[in-house]
Amino acid sequence: MAYTEEELKKELETKEYEYGFYTDIESDTFPPGLNEEVVIAISKKKEEPEWMTLWRLEAYKYWKEMKEPDWANVHYEKPDLQAISYYSAPNSKPKYDSLDEVDPELLDTFKKLGISVDEQKKLAGVAVDIVMDSVSVATTFKKTLAEKGIIFCSISEAIKEHPELVKKYLGLVVPQRDNYYAALNSAVFSDGSFCYIPKGVRCPMELSTYFRINQAGTGQFERTLVVAEPGSYVSYLEGCTAPSRDENQLHAAVVELVAMDDAEIKYSTVQNWYPGNKEGKGGVFNFVTKRGLCEKNAKISWTQVETGSAVTWKYPSCILKGDNSIGEFYSIAVTNNFQQADTGTKMVHLGKNTRSTIISKGISAGKSQNSYRGLVQVNSRADNARNFSQCDSLLMGNECGAHTFPYIEAKNKTAMIEHEATTSKIGEDQIFYCNQRGINTEKAIALIVNGFSKEVLNKLPMEFAVEAQKLLEISLEGSVG
Amino acid sequence: MLKIKNLHASIDGKKILKGINLEVNAGEVHAIMGPNGSGKSTLASVIAGKEDFEVTQGSVEMNGEDLDDTSPEERAHKGIFLSFQYPIEIPGVSVTNFMKTAINESRKAKGMEDMPANVMLKLIREKAELLDIDRKFLSRSLNQGFSGGEKKRNEIFQMAMLEPKLAILDETDSGLDIDALRIVANGVNKLRSDDKATIVITHYQRLLEYIVPDFVHVIHDGKIVKSGGKELALELEDKGYDWLKQEAAI
Repeated sequence: MAYTEEELKKELETKEYEYGFYTDIESDTFPPGLNEEVVIAISKKKEEPEWMTLWRLEAYKYWKEMKEPDWANVHYEKPDLQAISYYSAPNSKPKYDSLDEVDPELLDTFKKLGISVDEQKKLAGVAVDIVMDSVSVATTFKKTLAEKGIIFCSISEAIKEHPELVKKYLGLVVPQRDNYYAALNSAVFSDGSFCYIPKGVRCPMELSTYFRINQAGTGQFERTLVVAEPGSYVSYLEGCTAPSRDENQLHAAVVELVAMDDAEIKYSTVQNWYPGNKEGKGGVFNFVTKRGLCEKNAKISWTQVETGSAVTWKYPSCILKGDNSIGEFYSIAVTNNFQQADTGTKMVHLGKNTRSTIISKGISAGKSQNSYRGLVQVNSRADNARNFSQCDSLLMGNECGAHTFPYIEAKNKTAMIEHEATTSKIGEDQIFYCNQRGINTEKAIALIVNGFSKEVLNKLPMEFAVEAQKLLEISLEGSVG
Repeated sequence: MLKIKNLHASIDGKKILKGINLEVNAGEVHAIMGPNGSGKSTLASVIAGKEDFEVTQGSVEMNGEDLDDTSPEERAHKGIFLSFQYPIEIPGVSVTNFMKTAINESRKAKGMEDMPANVMLKLIREKAELLDIDRKFLSRSLNQGFSGGEKKRNEIFQMAMLEPKLAILDETDSGLDIDALRIVANGVNKLRSDDKATIVITHYQRLLEYIVPDFVHVIHDGKIVKSGGKELALELEDKGYDWLKQEAAI
């Protein structure tokens, strides 16, 4: 039977009510507070198997004994974790009926990013018409992946459909008791992504959360697990490049990557959550644990562009366990106004002939504080380990700060570790030079910042790089008077 | 084209220009000479609209329009180009990318579309050839690690690309050996035309052997103390600046 577009649209609309997806929001949101019952209830709501419930409870027990860390170079009022509601139905009603009701500043940003009207609606939480295109794209996409045996779904789905895989790998790289926020995430994680690449398979496309069906509302405690079997390859894109005005203040995500022998994982992130207003009010706290495990000859490469959040606390790391494994970290962190970022990486060299590269570019403007914190650790058995680190900071104006905290622990005499650091300032002379060539100040800053960040931008997949560039421009708008 | 009337300018309260009068017409080349600290470079910066300087009196007009409230980039869009004495480094931004941005920003200001990539590439090739510039040079970061000669040649390349109405060359000869000087001067000469004007700021007469001016002005203590034809430059080379200083003091 051939549907017309109109009929299908109607049917889909009515079906939503039929299945009760859009029931009253209130009844699907837990009252604030966290205790054992809440953890059990979350697991139950998500129809999880018993082992998962027990895993969450174990994490909760660890968490109760832990203290919030305060060693990072950030200052903020600690969020009251008993004041948060830990479960909210994933598919809540659209917040607005039309784009006219959305914050014009947000729409302006969308426009600058060149986001289509339909997508704008989706991101801002406006009711969207069913777009035939996106449905068919997602379907074709899933089919291609399935043919190769690649699993790409939400972590909730994976717990139900592929329990043996989740059971084996969840918490392997970031154990429940790893740190305060990882423990909290393990107890209450809302949803996230699961990605599994079978042995010897090269994933034919960039996997982006954008294409995952049912991706809406992953919530504030996101959990991601990527497993690459021996000899496989995957490039994973995280985050959407539009600044969703998330009302959740605290975000504590966990990302675990497992790269088996000869496998390669490329993980790219563009993050631009709400950074708070110009006076430093509001904004997201982003406390993330990201870590990857490299077996023999494996390679993990983290690339991140961070422009959002009021407070960021994030160190994507690599455990170079297997001989000849490679870890890479390429990062651009931008802070403006009152933003604070303490970000960097950890490269733990355990295997022989392991290599790591760290390229970090910090850009501070306004009254913001931007810290790089990185650890390079060479274990006693890691013969011939190599590391190269380069940390560059760019300052704009006189009220911001850039800090570098490199930690190096070498327990093997054959280790070779290099560290380079520079700090520079966007000079009035540079801006006048651009002005004189007909380039206005905003554009001049964008040009200078893009030049400064080039080594990292070049590591991003093409379409991501273009958006990231625009994002850098937007984040720094108005930062030079 | 350019009319400067009784121009006074100061920086941080210190008076540098104390009543400059100068008129430059299309097709003319003016040389501005003078001892160190006389105000030559300040004059160039003030014409280009550098905001560090405060114009306290007088005016700068371009084609009959007072530039007082005009930003540096708007002045550039109106066809004013300054070849910097010390060109600035911008790491990570290639010469090509910088030029592409500059040209398209100017076009945008005039309500024009971006220049198509193939037209841009052709233009770049043409101008690079004119100035004997190696193509590899164009993908290097702007002025980073450039030799003195490369920096100055790059300035003239940018001038060729942007085709300004009024070009101000601020000490373009400083730091150049004789070969580089000849190449740069040749480039400037090739770009001379009846509808364009050039102001050459220099300390020495040397450059003027290659770029022959129609008029020579001598600045001392923020004022033009003497104007004449190209022979004035030779006279200065002969006698130095002291006799002018004495003349001005009287």
